[in-house]
Amino acid sequence: MPILEFKDVSKTYNNVTKALQEVSFSIEEGEFVSIIGPSGAGKSTLLRCINRLVDASSGVIIFDGQDITDVKKKELRKVRTKTGMIFQHYNLVDRLSVIENVLHGTLGQKSTISGMTGHYTEEEKEKAFGIINELGLADQAYKRCDELSGGQKQRVGIARAIMQQPKLILCDEPIASLDPKASKTIMDHLSNINRNKKITCIVNLHQVDVAMKYSERIIGVAEGRIVFDGPPEQLSEEMIHQIYQSNSSDLITDVGYAQ
Amino acid sequence: MKLNKDTENVFKKRKITYTIVFVGVLIVYFIASTVTKFHLWDGLVSIPKAIVWMGEKLVPDAAAMAKLPKILKKLFETALLSVAVTVIAAIIAFFFSLLGSKTTKVNGIVNRLVRIVAAFFRNVPDVVWAMLLMFSFGQNILTGFFALFFTTFGLLTRAFIETIDEVSSSCVEALDATGATFIQTVFQGIIPASITEIITWVLYMIETNIRSSTLIGMLTATGIGYLFDLYYKRLDFASAGLIVISMVVLVITIEGVSNRIRKVIQ
Ligand SMILES: Nc1ncnc2c1ncn2[C@@H]1O[C@H](COP(=O)(O)OP(=O)(O)O)[C@@H](O)[C@H]1O
Ligand SMILES: [Mg+2]
Repeated sequence: MPILEFKDVSKTYNNVTKALQEVSFSIEEGEFVSIIGPSGAGKSTLLRCINRLVDASSGVIIFDGQDITDVKKKELRKVRTKTGMIFQHYNLVDRLSVIENVLHGTLGQKSTISGMTGHYTEEEKEKAFGIINELGLADQAYKRCDELSGGQKQRVGIARAIMQQPKLILCDEPIASLDPKASKTIMDHLSNINRNKKITCIVNLHQVDVAMKYSERIIGVAEGRIVFDGPPEQLSEEMIHQIYQSNSSDLITDVGYAQ
Repeated sequence: MKLNKDTENVFKKRKITYTIVFVGVLIVYFIASTVTKFHLWDGLVSIPKAIVWMGEKLVPDAAAMAKLPKILKKLFETALLSVAVTVIAAIIAFFFSLLGSKTTKVNGIVNRLVRIVAAFFRNVPDVVWAMLLMFSFGQNILTGFFALFFTTFGLLTRAFIETIDEVSSSCVEALDATGATFIQTVFQGIIPASITEIITWVLYMIETNIRSSTLIGMLTATGIGYLFDLYYKRLDFASAGLIVISMVVLVITIEGVSNRIRKVIQ
């Protein structure tokens, strides 16, 4: 049984922008899937439909055997605890320490009061330190996040997601703001988590080469539609051009400019 | 060739804009001074005379110094009132700003409503509020309290909404994604992310309110404003001058303290 299934999912913003158009696919437990496509293609929208930061306009989304398309508050909270999310701009609370940010991963499972006052059990703290250690941030645990480098911040983001003990991790351009070395560290960590903790990963990526290297499956999105879905070996040069609409559109602008 | 022409055009456009703005300002000035019969030159000429007058009359003498304890007591009361008003208004404004912020996505209609209410309270000047409230409370400390409260509330609500939207929208998205509740998100995300800016705003409003409360006190016959009005009308300019000096000292002290606080919480 797939962990995630999209059936004809569409999303239209403000009744005009068609960000997703009848998208269907399914993902098996434990897969590492990259989503590639030009900016504005709908990658972030697709990812956010999964944890309902964005509500789909039509279609059905099934996650972990449950139709989550219309689930309400309490149930939605439960769904979100099962999906971790990693962002391009890390989205940490910069003025709080690393350990506090990582512990935010437990909020979904806590009572409102203990979450509000930041009361965490010894067990939770130990677990957080364990994860921080695994990600090589032991020396930074008590530092404020605004003192960290981009690569370190993203590792805190990953730690926060793992802290949730999710079944699925959604990564929205996790390396788009990082230098090549930090990018490699982050991608290696994601890859390890996928393999060792058996957590399914869906990663939005800008860089085709990174997608080819790390994922066992690539989904190509253009103008809100899936135009490619398969293993990296099948992704031809031609297909890449089609996804990024680079060949034809470049040609048109060139001609227009010459005249 | 084409590029050069374009560049030239850009600079030409800028020059024209500057000229238009400069001429426009001159025209507005001439119209305004004609209508109001205000003449800059006459105004400038009278400045030295005013300074001489202030130097002669507003300098505190021995008799005025005898009133210093009384003045300081009133000044202290006024300052405390301003602090109390600002803090209470800030707490209420914070909860309102949560409803008015786009980040929290509470509800579109509530959102708009909060912004309108805040704009209304903010855009009526505190002195006008004081005059309006005088009908219901009379010349009373409550009048001054609410007059300051309303403008402070309106202003801080707007400032907090902007702060929250600016500094905490990204971490709110992340906390939402973990399944945190609204209240958890507020206390674990929004407050830590925006507390420095919020405190800065509150300190600024305390400074502003100490100045405003003097003026309002003149209307409502309370606090240091009342005392100033009293001495002034008695033509006891020396004592009035002492009030001005002690106020300046107080406001500068408070500015210094809040600068220090701001550095510490950074
Ligand atoms: N909140 C929003 N409101 C309106 N339009 C949006 C919103 N978010 C995204 N869009 C639009 O939807 C389309 C897809 O955006 P997005 O999912 O962010 O693409 P990608 O992540 O691939 O760059 C774009 O045209 C974008 O302008
Ligand atoms: Mg995006």
